[in-house]
Amino acid sequence: MSFPWLSILFLFPIAASIVVALVPRSSALALPKLIAFGASLATLVFSAVIALKYDTAKGMQFTENHEWIKLFGAHYSLGLNGIGLTLVLLTTIVVPVVILASWNDGDEGRWSPHAFFAWMLFLEGLALGVFLATDVFLFYVLFEATLIPLYFLIGGYGGPDRARAAVKFLLYNLGGGLIMLAAVIGLYVVSAKSPGGPTYLLSDLQHMHLGTATGRWLFLGFFIAFAVKVPMFPVHTWLPGAAEQGTPGTSVLMVSILDKIGTFGMIRFCLGLFPEASHWATPVVVVLAIFTILYGGLMAIAQDSIPRLIAYTSVSHFSFIVLGIFVMNSQGQTGANLYMFNHGLSTAALFLVTGFLIKRRGSPLISSYGGVEKVAPVLAGLLLISGLSSLSLPGLSSFVSEFLVLVGSFVYSPWAAAFAVLGIVLAALYILLMYQRTMTGPTAEGVGDIKDLNAREITALAPVLLLIVVLGFFPKPLLSIINPAVHDTLAQVGSSDPAPKVGADSAASNPEAGQ
Amino acid sequence: MTPFKAPSVEYSLIAPVLIILGVAVVGVLVEAFVPRRLRYVVQTVLALGGTVAAIVETIIVFNRLNLGDTHPGSGRLAVMGALALDGPTIYLWLLILVIGLLAVLLFAERHLEGGLLSFAGQAAALPGTDAEREAATKGLEQTEVFPLMMFALAGMLMFPAANDLLTMFVALEVLSLPLYLLCGLSRRRRLLSQEAAMKYFILGAFSSAFFVYGIALVYGYSGSMGFAEISQAIGGRTGGHGLLLGGIGLMAVGLLFKIGAAPFHAWTPDVYQGAPTAVTAFMAAGTKVAAFGAMLRLFYVAFGGARWDWTPMIWVVAIMTLVVGSALALVQSDIKRLLAYSSIAHAGFLLVGFLGIRSLVDISAGEISAVPAILFYLTTYGLTIMAAFALVTLVRDAGGEVGHLARWSGLGKESPAVAGLMAFLLLAMAGIPLTSGFTGKWALFAAALAAGAWPMVIIAVIGSVVAAYIYLRVIVLMFFSEPVGDGPTVAMPSIMTSVVIAVGTAATLVLGVVPGPLLDLLGRIGEFIR
Repeated sequence: MSFPWLSILFLFPIAASIVVALVPRSSALALPKLIAFGASLATLVFSAVIALKYDTAKGMQFTENHEWIKLFGAHYSLGLNGIGLTLVLLTTIVVPVVILASWNDGDEGRWSPHAFFAWMLFLEGLALGVFLATDVFLFYVLFEATLIPLYFLIGGYGGPDRARAAVKFLLYNLGGGLIMLAAVIGLYVVSAKSPGGPTYLLSDLQHMHLGTATGRWLFLGFFIAFAVKVPMFPVHTWLPGAAEQGTPGTSVLMVSILDKIGTFGMIRFCLGLFPEASHWATPVVVVLAIFTILYGGLMAIAQDSIPRLIAYTSVSHFSFIVLGIFVMNSQGQTGANLYMFNHGLSTAALFLVTGFLIKRRGSPLISSYGGVEKVAPVLAGLLLISGLSSLSLPGLSSFVSEFLVLVGSFVYSPWAAAFAVLGIVLAALYILLMYQRTMTGPTAEGVGDIKDLNAREITALAPVLLLIVVLGFFPKPLLSIINPAVHDTLAQVGSSDPAPKVGADSAASNPEAGQ
Repeated sequence: MTPFKAPSVEYSLIAPVLIILGVAVVGVLVEAFVPRRLRYVVQTVLALGGTVAAIVETIIVFNRLNLGDTHPGSGRLAVMGALALDGPTIYLWLLILVIGLLAVLLFAERHLEGGLLSFAGQAAALPGTDAEREAATKGLEQTEVFPLMMFALAGMLMFPAANDLLTMFVALEVLSLPLYLLCGLSRRRRLLSQEAAMKYFILGAFSSAFFVYGIALVYGYSGSMGFAEISQAIGGRTGGHGLLLGGIGLMAVGLLFKIGAAPFHAWTPDVYQGAPTAVTAFMAAGTKVAAFGAMLRLFYVAFGGARWDWTPMIWVVAIMTLVVGSALALVQSDIKRLLAYSSIAHAGFLLVGFLGIRSLVDISAGEISAVPAILFYLTTYGLTIMAAFALVTLVRDAGGEVGHLARWSGLGKESPAVAGLMAFLLLAMAGIPLTSGFTGKWALFAAALAAGAWPMVIIAVIGSVVAAYIYLRVIVLMFFSEPVGDGPTVAMPSIMTSVVIAVGTAATLVLGVVPGPLLDLLGRIGEFIR
């Protein structure tokens, strides 16, 4: 048996989380934090080793496959491709940053900081598992399981209205997840009729012949769940509240990493398993994505609460990713994949810097700030860089990805690109307005005694900002990982692309062997 | 006149039932002849020993019938065809006996009521009278609860094994009558408890009457009490539809009453709330398992040929049950009533799986079918609900258990362990992955979807979201709300209640993470002998 690289990668943080939770309460307050930080760094190093061993020329790598529940056709099956690798790296980079940045955020929650950092590591492990799973059942189980740690992170540590926000978050996501459950079971029923018996392995399902109608229904089940996760209009309303009430660290984990499961799932499952249905749905999805881009941007401009504003920028940016995925060409999808990584970085920076600011002043409202750059120039400068990255300034990493997505959508339809481009204008507005209102002008009441960022906070932010700048000028390492994977996705979507036929519904009840 | 022929009885094969009945009878004698101070010990030992012996005997029977390694649908009829000993029966015996064993442990718990059982000291004493106070000061205990429970357990064992209508009715009554009594024996809040017993008795007797009338009609239609003959009569049916449909409908009323399906659920919340919590746990798990087993056999074996006639009825009942169970659970303010409505919702989910009936030829190799799915769900549900009710007995104040949900707020601060375990069990009931609730639901939905009942699955999925909110509400209360007033205290139980909690929680976790072995077993044995 080969070395279980991926199992270790995703089980290690989970094991570490149990250790952190079990650290005696009587020990020094810093001990659980140090263990958590160390574990997340070790995970980062381990994922870097995997990245170095990763061969960009091959598809799925480091695969592991064991039978799990025979009657369900479920397997414990892991694998890593380019898309997965970028998200794994994003996760392992962001988590230590978040832990360092949230060093004291767990102290004043409902429970001890032990639980705070244990939940974070647990969440990291589950998220990694989601990006590695190559079995639909395993994916679904991990996908749903990520909700629990996040639920307790939001509900246990954060603003005054956190319990309500946590419940709303969980109900929306659980609702989407249960719709997907119906589709997942539907896949089982279809695969049970195949000669090989029931199976959930992606590699088997990709070759399975689904009827047109069946495929479309199942696609819808998956897509709705991922749309809630992303989130897209009109199922986005859980995100602003959750982002406002959670601690900045929680929001970063939620928006930068976990919401990526939505777009990741669209690529791997919607496009991978239901190519015909994906083409069928493209026009609607593209329109919905463009609408959400503009809607998110406008809503962001209208917000007075900084976390809500960032949440809405995310809603807008995520729809760029969705747009890139569904225009079904290589520029769009490369841009989308790259964007997933870059958006993770810029949003993390934005949430963390503003989190530092809010913690100092004690108010999340833009209107209670003004002139901060005079008293805290470092903070202001870092906020500016993060903000510019978020609005995709050329030279910063998001620009490359947003540009590629726009090229892709132009290829799909110039009209789509024309509307989507407005999203960039809105982005400039909401970021710069926020900066102007909080940082410039006369120093507002209560802002005067704000202290500038301390060494820990700068250390936490530095790697993220550095990556943003470096990848802005030199995105090639990431692109070389992403490009082959995008090629595979497009091949899967394009290769089985039957023209819609009249009366194709009868194929649903007439299972045939794979192509 | 033909001479009377003695029936042949395979004593060794039905030994588990006989052991439990024997223990029950001996228990009655113990009450008569053993001195009062020794009774508790003798009864507990007897009940525990008897249940364990019955479990061992069931495993022996399982091996003797070679159920595990032959094709599905094997087994044999015993006692002149009155009992069917096949895979589902033996598995349900095992499950019911394990539930029974856990229930005995809950019944025998003495640490929570200051060294006394949580049953009325002297059931005959009227509430609020001198006689009652005297019983309390003397520290009297009513140890008859153990033989009563054993009788009920024997009835539960017979119920899913019954292979003709008369045996089924007898089993139904044997399991019900002791439960009516047990419901009225709570030590605290006795009026509520007696009201519960009365309600349960009257409505239960009423539903039994429906059941008997249904039996009469089905007999009139088929000319036989045996399931095989009824099935034959339906297969070659020529006329008399009215009799058959009326019979099926009336018998369904009796069974749906027992599993607590809407619109026959009205007793559930009152009885679950009023009965001593140990009895509630036993009822919620045991009765539901036994009744569902009986319903499966009756409808799949005897009425399987008429399934196009009865599935529409079950559709309506399942939808109503899901809606009523989930919607009314939303507005409950008492934890036991909330769990009662949740058990109604679970009955709804089970009925969704029940609609997964298909003829054997339609089921592909290696695919899950309705019977194994339902048996699996009954296992997960039964063990989870036992542990949940066991935890309910721990949260108390000076007046006994605190049922009101408002008093549960802030429990996470008072006792993280109890609140954490309860949260885990509630998440399992909500069907979150990595708990048994998820795998169970998955199996049920897969069976139903494969049979084409996709609208039902979608309704059930929506029901799951509503149900999730119900359980989340309790979790929010326990963890995210501040305690009201002094807040509840968490009593330290003896090893017995702890075992119940540990077993239930462990099963919830294990069946959620590695359900494979049990599912494989059920896939092999989960078919009725016909």
